[in-house]
Amino acid sequence: MIDGLKERISSAVHNQPQPTVTILSSLLAVEDELGYIPKEAIEQVSDLMSATVNDVWAVASFYPNFRFVPPCDHQIEVCWGPSCHIKGAMGLIEAVLDAVDMADEGDTPDGKVTVRYNTCLGACAQAPVISIDHNLIGGLSPKDAKARAVETMETERAHDTDGS
Amino acid sequence: MTIPTVNTNFSEISKNATDHWKDITSGTRAWIRIGTALCGKAAGGDAILASVQESLNTRGIDALVSEVGCLGLCFAEPLLDIQMPGGSRVFYGNVRSEDVDSILNSHLVSGIPVTEKALGYLGEVAVDGIPNLDDHPMRVMTERIALRNAGVIDPYDINQYIANGGYQGLNKVLTEMTPQEVLDEVTGSGLRGRGGAAFSTGTKWGFLAGSGAPVKYILCNCEEGDPGAFNDKGILESDPSTVVEGILIAAYATGASNGYIFIRHGHDGPIDRARAAVSDAYRLGLLGDNILGTDFSFNLEIALTGDSYVSGEETALMEAIEGSRAMPRYRPPFPAQVGVFGKPTNINNVKTMAYVPEIVSKGGEWFSGIGHDRSTGTAILCLSGNLKYTGMVEVPMGLTLRQVIYDIAGGIPNDKSLKFVQTGGPLGGVLGADNIDLVLDFEVFREAGAILGSGGIIAADEDVCIVDLTRALIAFCQYESCGKCFPCRMGMSHLLEVLERICKLESEPGDLDLMRNIGGNMQAGSLCGHGQLGFNPVSSAIKYFGEEFDAHMVSHECGTGTCLRPKYSPNLTRR
Repeated sequence: MIDGLKERISSAVHNQPQPTVTILSSLLAVEDELGYIPKEAIEQVSDLMSATVNDVWAVASFYPNFRFVPPCDHQIEVCWGPSCHIKGAMGLIEAVLDAVDMADEGDTPDGKVTVRYNTCLGACAQAPVISIDHNLIGGLSPKDAKARAVETMETERAHDTDGS
Repeated sequence: MTIPTVNTNFSEISKNATDHWKDITSGTRAWIRIGTALCGKAAGGDAILASVQESLNTRGIDALVSEVGCLGLCFAEPLLDIQMPGGSRVFYGNVRSEDVDSILNSHLVSGIPVTEKALGYLGEVAVDGIPNLDDHPMRVMTERIALRNAGVIDPYDINQYIANGGYQGLNKVLTEMTPQEVLDEVTGSGLRGRGGAAFSTGTKWGFLAGSGAPVKYILCNCEEGDPGAFNDKGILESDPSTVVEGILIAAYATGASNGYIFIRHGHDGPIDRARAAVSDAYRLGLLGDNILGTDFSFNLEIALTGDSYVSGEETALMEAIEGSRAMPRYRPPFPAQVGVFGKPTNINNVKTMAYVPEIVSKGGEWFSGIGHDRSTGTAILCLSGNLKYTGMVEVPMGLTLRQVIYDIAGGIPNDKSLKFVQTGGPLGGVLGADNIDLVLDFEVFREAGAILGSGGIIAADEDVCIVDLTRALIAFCQYESCGKCFPCRMGMSHLLEVLERICKLESEPGDLDLMRNIGGNMQAGSLCGHGQLGFNPVSSAIKYFGEEFDAHMVSHECGTGTCLRPKYSPNLTRR
């Protein structure tokens, strides 16, 4: 367990910047802080919101941006929206998966990289777009995407699990 | 928000802002602007920003460096824009980090713009050897109303917004107009919702105005999950204050007390810039209690959703603001009676709100004089796919798709021909190339079976397989179905299964009829547009490209070879 996990969760849910605090906003705050939603967070959010664990889990399980195990060191997202699809997203996905030696999206077994297909990264004019550790990169060829993925694999943890 | 509200006279706010703008544009320093909206970032804008700062530090040059939003010329990002004091703006397109230092040296130190690397200039003073950027195809036909400040002002500086006419609309309605007069002005402008449904904005506001409840909400929707559309995020990243002002005017007209701007978690650019615009408005007394010293009070905050396309549907959005699963509600009751937190609510798209300040400043008649028939004003289009120039343009309604694709976006690159366009998000379906003489008009598009919707226009050349793209669109719709209505939840999965079979060239007789049957059930049995319109991608593709479906299904051939290559789609669905 991460040191001070309960304190970090507590601090995240009690220091939300906006006046309206809900189950969803609290879960998003935890996600920003830790990069995932641990069991302890479900419990704390249910206490905070006077909701049942079931109520909180219902929300957490609905939105696919939430994950329930600690994040990998790096995250590579490949956009597969139609603009990117037309500009070769499938080839990029293939190249990135090849680089990390996976058959489909998910976490590498060594916890190095998460690969996710994103429905739209919002930079359609630069298609095809990928995002490495939340930095957008447009217009890559499959070969360049593969090189970036390999480079990412070889880099030490780029960011702590602070959601930055 | 706990920031204390200061009541200040608007003329004082305005004067401070104007002085600030004069200081920026005609002071002693050069002004360097770099586009760091999503498109700019994806093209490497952050690296250019770092190179600029490094070069200025090394050379000891004092210049103002600002991050700006999206000028719309996304194909030319990263864009470096240099304005010498009192001079015109010179734009360098597709700038590389290694060129930054030499450009700055020549332009700032020697005073000589690097003509061969410049895309164009904007301003009163012509620059030798550099074309006027307004003569570029992507700018010639534009009419920038909602995008008037995009790529021009620093979105983090509310004073730049005010200096360029910002908050004059709010000041006008608070000092000169009754709420009913504002409603009449907006109704008279013919403004219709730009989120997709194209409903009269003034009429919609009238529903909320008719409720005497003490707490009423105005929601502004920037969920924008439509792949291929980035104009809502683009506006919030480029000019968030115009959206805040539009919301305030809507609140005054309808008597609303509270509001939310709703954005998807993770889109940090729009979120951070919207938050800054809101807190700055509080600081200047433009939000909060007794705005500008009047009786009008309004509170606004930013609400975030998790990943969910359907949370852009108005009642699902309310569920998400309340912190629940984003699933649509039954109607009636309609939001104007029972909306978010059980209170009367009005919801508008970002683009719709962004027009409002200009409409009240210049008058509804001015706005209704632009456009085509009942589709007044402009269309804010996101151009992507196989086009020479990609980006975001604002053009008058009434242009043809042909003008948009060939005259503005420069046509299809690499000597290819246009095969189809996909408009209005995944649910909008496709339009065959024969249909590109359609004019930009909500009714004309609807009659052709397409949706102008949120303004996404994705062009595909002859190398794109329609069956494969249809499969990709349905894979999106299946993944994004919220699961509430089983005809949509199961129908989408079933459609995807059939389309995957067709893509594998293993279809069975009757598959087209099977899909039509599923589509009919989805349309009849779903609460929201996701299921009701979810068959559009398939029906429109079959309508325009029946022969290509036949080739896959009967002769078991994929003409482009696309279907034979590996395909990936998310293995997660909503649990």
